[in-house]
Amino acid sequence: MARRGGAPEVNAGSMADIAFLLLIFFLVTTTIETDAGLDRMLPPKEPPTDEQVILKQKNIFTVQIGKDGQLLVEEDLMDLKDLKEAAIAFLDNGGAVKGDPEYCSYCEGARSPESSDNPIKAVISLKNDRETKYSVYITVQNELVAAYNFLRNRAAKKLGYNMSFTEMEAAYSNQETPDDVKEQLKVKIKKIQDLYPQKLSEAETTTN
Amino acid sequence: MSKFKKKKDGELPPVSTASLPDIVFMLLFFFMTVTVMKDSEPLVANELPNATEIKKLEKKDRVVYIFVGQPTEKYQSAFGKEPKIQLNDKFANVSEVGDYVLEEIAKKPQEVQSSITTALKIDKNANMGIVMDIKEELRKVNALKVNYTTYEGDAFKNLQ
Repeated sequence: MARRGGAPEVNAGSMADIAFLLLIFFLVTTTIETDAGLDRMLPPKEPPTDEQVILKQKNIFTVQIGKDGQLLVEEDLMDLKDLKEAAIAFLDNGGAVKGDPEYCSYCEGARSPESSDNPIKAVISLKNDRETKYSVYITVQNELVAAYNFLRNRAAKKLGYNMSFTEMEAAYSNQETPDDVKEQLKVKIKKIQDLYPQKLSEAETTTN
Repeated sequence: MSKFKKKKDGELPPVSTASLPDIVFMLLFFFMTVTVMKDSEPLVANELPNATEIKKLEKKDRVVYIFVGQPTEKYQSAFGKEPKIQLNDKFANVSEVGDYVLEEIAKKPQEVQSSITTALKIDKNANMGIVMDIKEELRKVNALKVNYTTYEGDAFKNLQ
């Protein structure tokens, strides 16, 4: 006898239960990882040397975070929202005069003789109190890194790369990027980093 | 009289639940792919701050984690409310951080040992004192690459 209506239906009612069981197991035993953050290099611990590095005062941009989260930039109180702009203005100042070997040809800043000579000389010195809250510290770090990234992205655009600096860096650290592309990116990244080296120093904190 | 039975009126046909397993499986696969197994039970509160200029930690096999935060309620009676360091599954002192990091690095394969990043998962309410002590310890053992793990978001939200 011919079968009517094709193959018999399989009862799949318990399949949903099994799937739910598995789902709930995964829900409770796993977490969604947050694996992103601000990358920083700590200064290496070097034996103390007698040789002192002398920096011109105008090339140092001091940022101090007080214990209540107030911000002291170059001895003046500043709102956190203005920090990025101030850092950009300082790094991009290009105060060295034309003809000087330190003259910065790619800077677009105010060229004030009171501020940094060029981005390579410019150092941002970040100090904080032991009582400072970590969240404030991260916000300040974020703003300073944002200032560097802004300048580096601008440099990438000027050099005619079709990617911004941050995109290039992300692509470089991505495991899926092929090696030959990485090599090309490395050259470009290095070039921009040479124009705007990240000099963010964190001196030992004061306890007062 | 017809040969075919008439369907009884007024009775709802059963709802087909055949697609239910498919839907649940879809959810299951989603969770299987985007999550990872919890490797240690958090002993400390760990609400990370926000930042915008973040970079992803791509190579998971080259990361050593350090957690810092206020002990969770269960442990507050024993350890107080001051932020503590958590290494693996237990609380630790600042002085143990260096040894722990060296130990973890030694566990990794030889070829990645030189490029280890220390991910600092620090609660946003911790103060900088403990963070600086950790940084000092990391400098001592020459583990200089750090990553302040944060959520992606407006950094100014941290201040509220």
